Amino acid sequence: MRGRTSLPGLSGLGSPRGLRATTTVVVVAAVLLPLVPLLVWSVAGTWRYPDVVPGRFTRRGLDLVLDGEVVAATATSLLIAVTVAVLACAIGLSAGRAIGLYRFRGRRLVQFLLLAPVIVPGLAVTLGIQVFFVRYGLADTVLGVVLVQLMPTVPYAATLLGAAYANLDVDYERQARTLGSGPWRTFLTVTVPLLRPALVTTALLTFLISWSEYVLTLLIGGGQVTTLPLLLFAAIGSSDRTAAAALGLLVVLPPVVIVLLVARRLRGRDDAWMGLARG
Amino acid sequence: MSQSVVPTGPTTRQHAVRRGVPERLRPLLLLSPALVVVGVFFVGGVAQAVLQSLGRQPFLGETDWSVEAYRATFADPAFRASLTLTLRVVVLSTGLATVLGVAVALLVRRHARGPLTTLLQSTLAVPHLVGALCIGLLLSPSGFVSRLGAGAGLVDGAQDFWVLTNDAFGWGIIAEYTWKEAPFVAVVALAAMTPHVRDLEAAARVLGAGRWRRLTTVTLPLIAPPVAAASVLVASFAAASYEVPRLLGQSFPATLPVVALQRYQDTDLLVRPQAMAVATIIAVLSLTLVAAYLTLVSRLSRRSL
Repeated sequence: MRGRTSLPGLSGLGSPRGLRATTTVVVVAAVLLPLVPLLVWSVAGTWRYPDVVPGRFTRRGLDLVLDGEVVAATATSLLIAVTVAVLACAIGLSAGRAIGLYRFRGRRLVQFLLLAPVIVPGLAVTLGIQVFFVRYGLADTVLGVVLVQLMPTVPYAATLLGAAYANLDVDYERQARTLGSGPWRTFLTVTVPLLRPALVTTALLTFLISWSEYVLTLLIGGGQVTTLPLLLFAAIGSSDRTAAAALGLLVVLPPVVIVLLVARRLRGRDDAWMGLARG
Repeated sequence: MSQSVVPTGPTTRQHAVRRGVPERLRPLLLLSPALVVVGVFFVGGVAQAVLQSLGRQPFLGETDWSVEAYRATFADPAFRASLTLTLRVVVLSTGLATVLGVAVALLVRRHARGPLTTLLQSTLAVPHLVGALCIGLLLSPSGFVSRLGAGAGLVDGAQDFWVLTNDAFGWGIIAEYTWKEAPFVAVVALAAMTPHVRDLEAAARVLGAGRWRRLTTVTLPLIAPPVAAASVLVASFAAASYEVPRLLGQSFPATLPVVALQRYQDTDLLVRPQAMAVATIIAVLSLTLVAAYLTLVSRLSRRSL
């Protein structure tokens, strides 16, 4: 009743309670349904058609996740994602300051340049420069993969940190400078702590973009730099559904945990969700 | 790029003088690492795709300018089939994701901080590669839905089930994009349903507008601009993404990104300009949508993004 008066809109459509409850159940089911076979297949030993439940369960999927090849790929993925997140945050802090605190001519162009790589998936863009990575010895190397993954992550970090800088109370910096603190000391002891929440969020989300990246790693890593998404892609291509599902779970868990951690901070931030939608 | 700077923030004139960096060059200096990354990889990537599609061959020394690659590409019936498929996938995925996303947002708005919103947000975090795997396990002929159907006596066998994955129409691809992007639209729509929107709805209610009238003349128009912007992002992504159509589509006709990589990996190097032509077409398509997005956003907010 209270809700009715304070919150008009579609929320009270039709015979309220029953219809709403039914629709809510349908929505939850639609969102969760595709994840059910993933979970079941990861522990399914034999699962004959048309059984709805596997005939036999197995821990082969778990063993596979602990297998040497997968552990190595996990390490590679972590190494690349952490490096990319640190570099993207460093470059994004610098660019974010310009975006958040200055008005300058060409700002719209800069915005476009910083938005496009976040949205446009990398394939079309990377085909043209792959030959240069080969030429300069960066193809098939972790360094090359890190560099190419800066393309989607740096603009994203700059956008997120730009918004954080725009809300920064710069009087704190001024006070520190007035009291004799040098520019670097001010930055490290005043600015960074003030931006810390945004910085943590940015680091986690750029980590997530790198962790999920497939096609850029494939093009530049040339199959030599084996990250988890590459292993997963190969497993999906094989007929071993248990292996694919187990790897799929391994790939999906960190992003979901990260988003649950940062979700509260991102409420109402379209630009932050944007980078996630491209995963 | 950065003449006539109007400092709005911390950089008082004294600081600029003390540091020795002219005030108006500061934004450029601060932006330069990011601009180098975007300039080299993104702008450079697009420019190289365009140049190579027109006949330039880096490191081989020979440049034979021609639009032959584009002529051959557009003359190829296979390319036209791919273009049709791509546009179909983009339009249907974007349409479904938008309608369903807005509907879900209207449904959960009263509990915008509740578990349902959290559920939508976590779906957003699922990588598309995993999404493609999930949809495959769900909708393939021997997938979970087919099993449920067989259990209920509605499906006679795996052969009897509809072909929804690796199909010619692109249903599997559309299903994956819709499943992943509808929550994105919902999250954006929820963010747009601010207390201000609620106040206007309440005002309309006081003035005697019924539920449907409030929805169509107050709520939807108010959330339309950000939702439209989100849809444009979905479309741009659906037009240019590779993994999902590669895993859930056919190899012929395939969507444009799959075609681009197929031609790029062709052992015949003479096909390479065509790969670049397809890459250029994707980039132009996708970037046009990004420009449309920015225009929408700036009209919507009248401030910079």
